[in-house]
This record gives sequence, structure tokens and C-alpha cells, in this order.
Amino acid sequence: MSNPLIKATGLTKRFGDFVAVDGIDFEVEQGETFGFLGPNGAGKTSTMRMISAVSPITEGSLSVLGLDPAKEGPRLRSRLGIVPQENNLDDELTVRDNLYMYGRYFDIAKSELNERIAELVEFVQLTEKIDAKVDALSGGMKRRVTIARGLINDPDLYILDEPTTGLDPQARHALWDRLYRLKQRGITLIITTHYMDEAEQLCDRLVVMDKGKIVAEGSPRQLIEIHTPRDVVELRFPIGVLETIGGQIRELSDRTEILADRALVYTDDPDRTVAIVHAYGLEPETVLERRSSLEDVFLRLTGRTLVD
Amino acid sequence: MAIPLSVRVVEAELRIYRRTWRGSVFTGFLNPVLYLLAFGVGLGTLIDANLPEGLDGVSYLTYLAPGLLVATAMQTGASEGAWKVIAAIKWRQTWHARLATPISVHGLAIGQVLWSSIRVAMVSASFAIVMIVFGVASPLESLGSILPAILVGTAMAAGTTAFAVRVRDDSTLSMYFRFVVVPMFLFSGVLFPITQLPDWIQPVAYLTPVFHGVELARTIALGLPPLVNSWISLTYLVALTIICGWLIISPMRQRLTP
Repeated sequence: MSNPLIKATGLTKRFGDFVAVDGIDFEVEQGETFGFLGPNGAGKTSTMRMISAVSPITEGSLSVLGLDPAKEGPRLRSRLGIVPQENNLDDELTVRDNLYMYGRYFDIAKSELNERIAELVEFVQLTEKIDAKVDALSGGMKRRVTIARGLINDPDLYILDEPTTGLDPQARHALWDRLYRLKQRGITLIITTHYMDEAEQLCDRLVVMDKGKIVAEGSPRQLIEIHTPRDVVELRFPIGVLETIGGQIRELSDRTEILADRALVYTDDPDRTVAIVHAYGLEPETVLERRSSLEDVFLRLTGRTLVD
Repeated sequence: MAIPLSVRVVEAELRIYRRTWRGSVFTGFLNPVLYLLAFGVGLGTLIDANLPEGLDGVSYLTYLAPGLLVATAMQTGASEGAWKVIAAIKWRQTWHARLATPISVHGLAIGQVLWSSIRVAMVSASFAIVMIVFGVASPLESLGSILPAILVGTAMAAGTTAFAVRVRDDSTLSMYFRFVVVPMFLFSGVLFPITQLPDWIQPVAYLTPVFHGVELARTIALGLPPLVNSWISLTYLVALTIICGWLIISPMRQRLTP
């Protein structure tokens, strides 16, 4: 494991005065699925674009597949599979033509390309749509075309920027299934997302980014263990009630969160917490005990304030 | 690496073009027929009645045809480098997709200009065929006059692309067509010699690629020997194409790979 596929040190991206990525360090190993989690504007996409050799780094150092993106951009890109946030397919062309054109940019021979297109279209379950115009496909299907397009050159590193944003649950699960298969084949995947379930499902290891910096790093399980107690008790009260009883709630645990209509109490012993709530004579409308999730970690680390 | 992959860009554009080629080939023939009928034959009859010695010693139709050929090439080049570019950058973002492959900014720019040049060649060739049918020039001379037309169209495609990659708002492009492309068609020696223009504006007309292209195309179409000026015009057009092509690179890089 001494030879990481990606190694970034002090990686920085500035646009004028704006610091999009602020001196981050990370390494991605061969075969792992690595996630970048963060709210909008955290610097995930800027980081992806630097790794993809379509955006020069401002400072620091970055090596991807042992290559310097600044000096060997075309050579590096020939080994990457990229799924950008926007599908940017040619809507007027068929699925086949889109994939064909893209494959030709990688100088793949025509006969080989036709074979590969058939395989990929089957992999993303669009065989019956191969000669349909992209324009006529649903959002989930278009995304699958883009997923297939990113695999056309049999990449050593597959980079997906928010692969399932904007898709319905069925389409998301279908896509996760496909990504999981790729993972099983041993392809190194990098994913950005702001969906915690996505990160929990797919990522072996992830970093949480906020305002251009890495604020936490580890496996989904580790992050939950380190940053939050094991369980959460959610107490729902009528609007306004929490303003008066907030003080009592805060005494329940070292970590509580008071929202407009509910209180979150992080605890290692939920039953005891609930017992105390009743002992206090508090009467919540509903009580929900659940395991802490990555979402709790995420909100704790990046706050609840809306970014945009 | 850049040049072979530019060919891939051309290949892709050809694939995109395949879905509209019928309409485009039809217009390619229809336009020159309409223009030559209206201006060359219709208006030309009146002009010829007024000028028994002809313009440059030939009938107005004969005078006009090579000029219109170059003007058509110029407009084709300009439109290849206009909204398509904005769409590829802003609306569809298909150029972002291309640059995520081994294709470099140089490769993409060269490929796009190369493809525009092919489109200009196609349109110019159909114009030349119409010229032959109208009997304004021999087949050889008609086809020969395509060459300066292609050069003008390529320079315009490169220049317009260089402008379009800088443009944020597509209404700026409409202004460009209104105040640059249309005047260039009207006042650069296509319809009448620039010596008819007021003295102060003639140097401006002299700087346009259309003027030089028309001079060259007319010389070839009328079967005249090349003059010293012809070589100047040729050099000017080649230089302009290279400069405009070079001007695409830096804004394209900033825009697409910031």
C-alpha cells in the first residue's frame, strides 16, 4: 500500500480571491472506493476537476496514477473515466453515437469500439435504447449513458461527481448496484456526494470537506464512532414548546441539538435517556430511537446553516 | 498528439452533421441560385444597361458571382463559429466532455476550425457548381475560385470562434452579426468596387478578409493573371487565419479548464 494511486499534498485551488480548495492532503489507494462528502461549495468539484486534469492546481502537489496532471494531461486523461455533474451528452445523437464519438476521442479502433459499446450498454441496462436519441431518455437513463461513457476507455481510475443527484430512488438504487459491481471488479472509484446513504453504501473511506478544507477522514463506520455517540433519540414537540424546555433537554446529554420542532439527543444508552425524559415529566409528541448515521456526523461537522 | 486527435474532433462533427446534411446540401445550392437570380440577373440587367463597358470589363452577373461566393463562404465560416460554440460551452457543454478525454485545448480548437473549413468548402463547392451552371466562369476557374473562399471562411470561423469563446451572453453574437458580418458582406467589394465608398472608409474595407478573398476569387474566376496585390491578399488571409486561430486558445482554456 506504499504506492497510492492519488497523492495530494497541500492541494489548493483559488479563483481570484476565492479559495475553493484550501491546502488539503489525501491519498487514494489502488482498488478502494474513496468519497468526498460535503455541502455545496465545499470544494469537492474543484478537487475532482484537478484530479481529472481539466483544471490546473494553484498550489501544492498532486500526482494521479503516478503522473503530473499539469504536464501529462492528455496521457493521464486517457486512463481516467470521468462522470461529470452535468451529463453533457449530445442530446440530438443516439446512445450509440454518443458512446462511439467519445470512444474515438480515446483513439479506440472502430471494431473494438463497437464491441465495447454493446457490452457497456448491456452493463447499464440500456440495450433496447441503444439507437434511441438521448433527448428522449429519462434522467436516470441519461445518467446511465454517462456512466457507460465514462467506462469506454476501460479506465484505471473512475471519477464520479455526484452520480445520483436529481435521480428518483429507483434510479439511484439501480445506479448504486452498477457502481457496486464496478467496485467488485477492483476498479478504483472516486465519488463526490452529499447523500450520506450513498457514501455509506459505496465508500470504503471518505473525507468530509467544508469550506475548502478536509474536516474529517475515515471509513463511514469510523467517522460515526469518532464523531458521534452510537444512538440518537429524536423527541418531537409542538412548535414553541422547545423554547421553554430547551434547558432541560440539554441536560440529557453532552451533545444535544434543539431544532424548531424537535430535539436530537445523542447518547450511548437511549433507553435510559427516554426514561429520564419521562421522569422529567416531559411529554414529547413522538419519540424515535435510531442509530447515529453519517448524516449526523456530517451535520455536526459542517453545520445546519444553508449554504445556498 | 494534438493533431491526430483534432481529426477525431472532425470525425465527431461529421457524425453530428450527418443528421442534418440533406437540408444543408439543399440550402447550399438554393442560396446561390436565388442570389445570383435576384442580384446578378435581376439587378444586373439594370446595371449592365447603365454600364455598356461592364464592371471590370464583364457583365454584372460575372462580376458579382465570385464576390458572392466569397461572401457566402464568409457567412458560413462565421455561423460555424458562433452559436454552435456558445451551445458547446454553455448550453450543452459538449466541449467540456471532449476536454475530459485525451483531447487538449489545442486539439479541440484546431479540430473545430478544421471542421468549419470543411463546411465552408462544401458550401463553396456547391456555389461553384451553380456558377458553372449559370455560365459565369469555366469549370476550372469556378473551382479555382473556391480556394480563396475557403481561406476567407476559415479565417472567419477562427475569428468568430475566438470571439464566441469570450462571449458570456449570446445576444452579443447577434450584435456581432449585425455590425460586423453583415456590413462586411455589403461594403467589402462583393456587390460593387470599394472605390465607390467614401475615401475615409476605404481603408477599413481593405482590412476585411472578404475584400482580399473577393479580389483573389475574381482574379481567378475572370481568368486574369495574378498581380502583386494577389500575393499580398493571399499572405494577409493566411496570416489572419493563423492569428485568429491562435486567439482561440487562451480564452478557451480559461473558460473550459479554469
